[in-house]
Amino acid sequence: MSVKTILKSDFLNKFRRLKSGIAGVTILFVLIGISVYAAAAVPLDSFRQWNNPNYWIKYPKSAMPAWTNLFSSKKQPEQLIKDDAIVTEGSLQGVKNITYTYKFAFNYDFFPNDFMLSYVVQYGSIPPIFDVQLGRPDGESFDLISSSLPSPQGTHYVFKDTLFSTDSQIQESLRNYIDRYSYNVDVTRPEVMIFSAKNNPSVLKGIYTLRLTFSFFDENRYDKVLNTEFILGGKVFGLLGTDELRHDLTTGIIWGTPVALFIGLSVAIVSTFIGLFYGLTAAYKGKKTEPTLMMIVQIVINIPVLFILIILAITIGRSIFLIVGFFTLFGWVSMALISRSMGLQIKSYAYVEAAKLMGESDIKIIFRHIIPQLLPFAFATIALSVPSAILAESGLSFIGLGDPTIPTWGQILHDAQSSDAAARGMWWWIMPPGVMIGITTVAFVLISRALESIVNPRMKKI
Amino acid sequence: MGFKWFLLLRLVRMFITLSAVLLITIALLGATMDDILKRNAQLSVIEQVSQDAKLNSSFKNQQEQQRYVNNQINARIHAQGLDEPWYSPKSLGTKLFKTMTLDLGNALFLTSDSGSEKVSNIIMEKLPNTVLLFTTSTIIIILIGLYLGSYSASKIGSFLDKFTSASAIFSISVPTFFIGMIMIVVFAFVLHIFPSRSIPLTNPSDPRYMLDLLYHMILPLITLILVGFGGWAYTVRYYVINIFNEDFIAVKRAQGISERKITYSHALKNAAPPTFLSVALLLSSSIISGSILVEIVFNWPGMGLLAFRAISVMDIPVIIGLTYVTTLIFVITIFVVDLMSQYFDPRVRVG
Repeated sequence: MSVKTILKSDFLNKFRRLKSGIAGVTILFVLIGISVYAAAAVPLDSFRQWNNPNYWIKYPKSAMPAWTNLFSSKKQPEQLIKDDAIVTEGSLQGVKNITYTYKFAFNYDFFPNDFMLSYVVQYGSIPPIFDVQLGRPDGESFDLISSSLPSPQGTHYVFKDTLFSTDSQIQESLRNYIDRYSYNVDVTRPEVMIFSAKNNPSVLKGIYTLRLTFSFFDENRYDKVLNTEFILGGKVFGLLGTDELRHDLTTGIIWGTPVALFIGLSVAIVSTFIGLFYGLTAAYKGKKTEPTLMMIVQIVINIPVLFILIILAITIGRSIFLIVGFFTLFGWVSMALISRSMGLQIKSYAYVEAAKLMGESDIKIIFRHIIPQLLPFAFATIALSVPSAILAESGLSFIGLGDPTIPTWGQILHDAQSSDAAARGMWWWIMPPGVMIGITTVAFVLISRALESIVNPRMKKI
Repeated sequence: MGFKWFLLLRLVRMFITLSAVLLITIALLGATMDDILKRNAQLSVIEQVSQDAKLNSSFKNQQEQQRYVNNQINARIHAQGLDEPWYSPKSLGTKLFKTMTLDLGNALFLTSDSGSEKVSNIIMEKLPNTVLLFTTSTIIIILIGLYLGSYSASKIGSFLDKFTSASAIFSISVPTFFIGMIMIVVFAFVLHIFPSRSIPLTNPSDPRYMLDLLYHMILPLITLILVGFGGWAYTVRYYVINIFNEDFIAVKRAQGISERKITYSHALKNAAPPTFLSVALLLSSSIISGSILVEIVFNWPGMGLLAFRAISVMDIPVIIGLTYVTTLIFVITIFVVDLMSQYFDPRVRVG
């Protein structure tokens, strides 16, 4: 029987009949789909800059998933990240006015956390004037900022700034509007005051308009607004929310998928094949080689792996490729045991003896007659080794010894643990990575069960 | 081959394993450790000299003082055997011998709760807590597993049998630390039944300390049982089914002995030896690999948490000590298991 026939006829037909195998393969395809989606549609920067806090500054801190609003009668505000302003340009008595208008609906029952305005302006000799005006649903209009930008240095001066809701200028401006309210308002919390109704301290729902006006006094054609952005800090965000470090968890979970599959599969495949050849060498060589090789296997089995892995990670390095290497170092032994005992059996079969008598070389016999018999077992072992590799990696990351440069599920759980997420009830931070680890390992466990009952008929009735 | 040979071979293998683990550990950490010890020697000499006013006034100039300090440092480094690299036969031999005889030296930063700097004291203080948690959980897992496993073996396809298979998959695919975190969310944050942190607040000398410790142990215990019992029940089921296929069970059935009695007294009794052996392995491996992760989640004051702390401050003597002690526990368990299997089943021979 050659490899092809095993794979094509018997193997696949039997596999199709097993429900658990099909379930496992289906999950696996979904995971591969997520990985492809990650590579194709999610910006690569979110992977590379995972541990760069600046990259995540626009996202809210510890925000619950947006869909949690569906289950509560009081709606939490969702984080708004807007850079799609309507730009209008006007000229009045030699003054060029450029206005960026943001219109947004605020129909939540709680006040936003904060807000942020960033802008990039380029100008020449005379500094422009920057105005921010907010129109409320009840017809009121608040002037929040009115200031002159700093003097330029050079004709192509580019000025970048971000205004936070805690800005003292905003608080000063808001003092002018205290008397519009029928109760005491707190100007030190603009995000509350701006979004409050006039007659009672509750949220004023409706459409708000934010106008950012830049007035240029120079006829300089280099004077222009390069970019503006408005962020309204909410308490819920996206599909899976965010963590304490402002990471968008949806992105992290998506990127964790290809990483976990890579670690699991590469460790399983490499260590299984190393074990396969190691065991076969022991079985085929016999004599004095075999006891020595098997002694080494026994020693490796007796080593408490986790401690050695920890020491390897802190002394040698923590890159993902090194970690795959470390796992392979200890992962090959079980396949070595299987392939040795099977190799011993197959070696004594008549057709192998015949091939030997016919003068075929050892290598040829191993590759043509022995390995094809062992391949189904190898596949089953690969499927069974993937879960342990994924679990080991998540454990190592959980201790804080995973690859620090990339997002993995274990690392997200590590962050959660170091921020005490469990005791603070931040379930949306803990559930998704753990469930993803579970789903991925279950997929491979199911596949390996199906493979096992095919290659090892004795298991089937059990 | 006789029993003596068997014993000797296993002892040799045990010794080689221990040496191999220690060699790997020292090879990886030795250089860093020597650097740290040298720096410590330097610092202590400089501090000693600078505090000794009488000695300081006896120096004529800066150079002379510097020379004196350097000589002192070299003398101390030589006395500690640090002038030879860690891989020189002498220093490697001393280190191996010292560690093997459990002379684990002093910790660099960590101390035991009673204030001792000796690594062996620090470890011995934490060992009982780890053993308490993991032995209790393993015993409960075994009891559940024995019942559930033999029941599902006698009624293949029943609801409980399917439940056993499902929990076996759950056992090997879900990280224990994740379930631990979920338990904290549910029982500590939502329901306020158990504390989220496991370190008891009462003083260890207080008589109520034991009760407090047990109360704090409940949540990690439930977690370990929840994750562990499925895989174990499935193993028992496998062994018992194998016994069911033996001829003598068919004979018992023909004799008209009730299925219940066959399951619990005949099949389970015969499945006992392999079951017992797996228990020992389960216990030792769960103490070693499970302890770090579970103890971190629940802040349980055991060896795993100690290892985590030692790693975060790079207290190398403690790391080496812990590695050795856990390997020792593991290797001795395997040794005992081998002896037992020889005793239970003479068919198991060397090889």
